[in-house]
Amino acid sequence: MNKPMLTTHLSYRTVFSLVLKRDLTIAMRHKDDIINPLLFFVIVVTLFPLGIGPEAQILSRIAPGIIWVAALLATLLSLDRLFKSDHSDGSLEQMLLSPHPVFILVLAKIVAHWLITGLPLILIAPLLAVLLHLNEQSYGALMLTLLLGTPVLSLLGAIGVALTVGIKKGGVLLSLLVLPLYIPVLIFATSAIDTAALGLPYNGQLAIIAALFFGSLTLAPFAVGAALKVSTN
Amino acid sequence: MQFESFNAFLNMGGYGFYVWLSFGVSAALLLALIFSSISGHKQVIKNIAMHQQRTDKLRQARRKNKKSNAHTPTDTNTDTEVAQ
Amino acid sequence: MWKWLHPYANPEISYHFAGKILPWLTALTIVFLSIGILWALAFAPADYQQGDSFRIFYLHVPAASLSMGIYLGMAIAAFTSMVWQFKLADASAAAMAPVGAVFTAIALITGAAWGKPMWGTWWIWDARLTSELILLFLYLGVIALHSAFEDKNLAGKAAGILTLVGVINLPIIKYSVEWWNTLHQGSTVSKLGKPSMSIEMLWPFLFCFIGFALLVATIICIRFRSEILARNSVRPWVKTLVSTQLALAQHKSMEK
Repeated sequence: MNKPMLTTHLSYRTVFSLVLKRDLTIAMRHKDDIINPLLFFVIVVTLFPLGIGPEAQILSRIAPGIIWVAALLATLLSLDRLFKSDHSDGSLEQMLLSPHPVFILVLAKIVAHWLITGLPLILIAPLLAVLLHLNEQSYGALMLTLLLGTPVLSLLGAIGVALTVGIKKGGVLLSLLVLPLYIPVLIFATSAIDTAALGLPYNGQLAIIAALFFGSLTLAPFAVGAALKVSTN
Repeated sequence: MQFESFNAFLNMGGYGFYVWLSFGVSAALLLALIFSSISGHKQVIKNIAMHQQRTDKLRQARRKNKKSNAHTPTDTNTDTEVAQ
Repeated sequence: MWKWLHPYANPEISYHFAGKILPWLTALTIVFLSIGILWALAFAPADYQQGDSFRIFYLHVPAASLSMGIYLGMAIAAFTSMVWQFKLADASAAAMAPVGAVFTAIALITGAAWGKPMWGTWWIWDARLTSELILLFLYLGVIALHSAFEDKNLAGKAAGILTLVGVINLPIIKYSVEWWNTLHQGSTVSKLGKPSMSIEMLWPFLFCFIGFALLVATIICIRFRSEILARNSVRPWVKTLVSTQLALAQHKSMEK
């Protein structure tokens, strides 16, 4: 017979780090989840020169857009694993029923997702920028926009996944829901990188992406929690 | 010897950075591959050994269960799995 | 005519055969590779046009040739496995894929490091480099497909199909990439063309090439043995082998 679990007073930090560690361990055991979206990112970026032509001038003009669109698509592909396996074995419901605030649990899962997906993207982006002959002055802007922007992608994407996790063929629906939300990040990020190529300061665009980051950091987990409660009904 | 001094060797006629980058990265990748192959082999052996030990333990536990069930009369004849 | 090969279809015999030739392969690899690399780095003459950066050539060309050769080897193994149901061929293909991927990466990286001083840019979308990049994707795809399956036999079959599709596609891809390249810019004179090698350059190149080929064989040997063990873990010969290895390891640690 199971003893009823007392609400042990776990601090928010403990709960956060427990869930974070759990998700990271699971990802380490399924390295495919990390490698496959990354490979997709690289291959998609490679497709553009093959489709457009190898002229360096044209490529360097569209390089920021290519890298950012590919990053969006790769993140989209990787979002599926955020809640799906937990939903199918019931641990998602258990998490929602636990006495700990859903905000913390959700935030921990999203941070784990960014560490697994966003961070490798950021690390490999400079190599892809070399392939696309990106303007030398733009590299800093590229890294900064990716650093600030990829967490936003994870946060906003989590809302979409939370809404579609219970639906059978939610994959394409997810893209329709999430890609419009990604458009502001895309616009300001590519604008920042283009401005940097001209040698001009791009603090304005970075500030807006930072605002998107902090806004989604504080608000998205609430939306995700609400969406999960709907999906697990 | 094509180079007069060790410094000239490192400099590679001005191309030192590229030559040593190539040789260095290639060496690093090959060493990593060799290391992963050897340690992978050891890991496979370890995994098989652990699996073997686990199945042996399960078999022993089942035998003990059979023996203890043989002494006490039970309704069913089925081998009860010890649920841990 | 092939009767002498038949015993080697038995995993146990192949495992022990591979174990026997492994020390020889290792020794030969060390000899050829150290002579070749030292010769290439310090004793071979610098190129008339490209100077000392030409020494990268001794890494780049063997790596590129081997990367394509290994893919061909994988395809032959996949074909053998499919036509003659030769299970061991699947194991050898799984052993070859990571080695091929690493050599493709080395070819790409040394090519880029060579291209920077020669063309002024780290990367150029010329036909050869682009085809090599696509080859890398094919390798990584095979590796990813392999690791996605729990059952190694199914994984081998799936990866085999992918490899065969890839090898048929490879000439088509190379042709289309060359066509794409000439369409867009005819002026890409690939300076990586095989130079007419003087005899002083030919010898270190041969030593490097043979050394790297031997290295490939050695690493594939090691991985092949691991694959055999992993795929035959329930067989009694594996169990006795593992327990003797374990006893040896425990004995060694007790002696310490």
